[in-house]
Amino acid sequence: MKKKRITWLQVSIHLLGWLPLARIVLDYYSNALTINPIQEVTQRLGRLAAYFLIASLAATPLHTLFGWREMLKRRRALGLYAFMYASLHALMFIGVDYGFNLGELNTILLKKPYALMGMTTFFILLPLAITSFKWFMKKMGRGWINLHQLVYLAAVVDIIHYAWAKKGNLLALSGDILQPLLLGILVVLLLVLRIPPVRRWASGFRQKFSRQRRILKKT
Amino acid sequence: MEKKLNHVAVPSSEITPQREYISRRDFLKAMGIVTAASLLAACAPQDPTTNPPVTGAPDRPLGLPPQMDELGTQSNTFEEITNYNNYYEFSTDKGAVASLSQGFRTRPWTVEVGGLVHKPKTFDIEELLQFEQVERVYRLRCVEAWSMVIPWTGFELNRLLREVEPMSSAKYVRFVTIQDEEQMPGLSSRFYPWPYTEGLRLDEAMHRLTLMATGLYGQPLPNPNGSPLRLVVPWKYGFKSIKAIVRIELTKELPETFWNDIAPQEYGFYSNVNPQVDHPRWTQSSERRIGELSRRETLMFNGYGEEVASLYSNMNLSVNY
Repeated sequence: MKKKRITWLQVSIHLLGWLPLARIVLDYYSNALTINPIQEVTQRLGRLAAYFLIASLAATPLHTLFGWREMLKRRRALGLYAFMYASLHALMFIGVDYGFNLGELNTILLKKPYALMGMTTFFILLPLAITSFKWFMKKMGRGWINLHQLVYLAAVVDIIHYAWAKKGNLLALSGDILQPLLLGILVVLLLVLRIPPVRRWASGFRQKFSRQRRILKKT
Repeated sequence: MEKKLNHVAVPSSEITPQREYISRRDFLKAMGIVTAASLLAACAPQDPTTNPPVTGAPDRPLGLPPQMDELGTQSNTFEEITNYNNYYEFSTDKGAVASLSQGFRTRPWTVEVGGLVHKPKTFDIEELLQFEQVERVYRLRCVEAWSMVIPWTGFELNRLLREVEPMSSAKYVRFVTIQDEEQMPGLSSRFYPWPYTEGLRLDEAMHRLTLMATGLYGQPLPNPNGSPLRLVVPWKYGFKSIKAIVRIELTKELPETFWNDIAPQEYGFYSNVNPQVDHPRWTQSSERRIGELSRRETLMFNGYGEEVASLYSNMNLSVNY
């Protein structure tokens, strides 16, 4: 049997996964969560969920563009961190901010588009997290791949959620939209790189490039 | 009229049980209006060219009433009020405004008052500080659904407007914030229609509650709060209360305003605090009072309905949001 080696990438991902949470706890005890700590924590958790979601989406393109094969193995960890922060974000909003006030939450979650989009993202990520184990992967076969392609939708809906929670107008490019705009551009790029012709072109480009380098090395 | 209001507003008995009905006179008193003499004496020997640092709670001058709003809620602390500010000219990060605005120069400062007035005049800030200064403990409700209670000092805007004698054709008042790229790093963002502008209908501007704030907690206005001169309209969402004003103009036409320009369906010209009319993307029925753990219900006209509802008696407030 092959011995499993722990790689630097693995260590970094898990450090990056837990450090922001540790930072929130630390900031809580040192009173560094602004004057409005509940909102600050909710927003931080939401941003972290988006960052990890985008990082998980970046794995395949990083392989396509740079031949970074190990990234493909790390998709699961990145996706699960995204789910962890999304869950904490939702729990913070529902439980701490609104104190499980179901009457008010009902109207918010069903009528307010930004909350609806956030909830949609969460409920897309939920089955993906549950079926992230190897056992499901083997059991579900082709269906597993189809199901997990829903992550593309989750990312798009999440960006809309982010933009709609801010004071601005993403379509008119006005207001407080810089961050959702940048993340949105990133998501679009990462999705475009998956379109088969684009992907072939990108990986062909990479192979040509590495072949030239090999030739250069030899001479 | 009065009856209609009781239907929409949360009865004040729900907030402060056992509290008696407040008559208009008591309301004024409860709002903590003090005489000019005691206030000027309290904050006279300050160097007017530099504002105090925004950390450290100032000693409350003797003789001021408790820093409580008329509903019996204690003011937020000086730290809270000066370290959590929406002031996009400096930063969109509410926690970063305090440090970024630290060196902002508020002297010399003039305020040009013109437009449809008989006596246009450019006032020096020192002149405006000679106007009768009052203290008002007001609730500030941000459109982002957080709120604070703030003990402002300042003068009623009607005092200034009477000085310049509005023409009968004047219907609105337009306010403009300073646009100083050198001192305000946020102005480099292209996503906003700088300079910040705001507007009021003339009768709103003349209303007794409409304040030009020049200080808080008895001290000169700190930079993050819009020094040296900002508007405070307590029954409207916070963004209407424009900061660091350099120009006031009386107009015939409804003036363009900053947030309305960015998203007209979301930020109306009136923007009265109204728990029944939601922002299209989020709810306005409750708010988080800074420093409190659970949310409070938002009050119609931010609790000032008794004083201001008559301004809008013939208007549909869901259309004129």
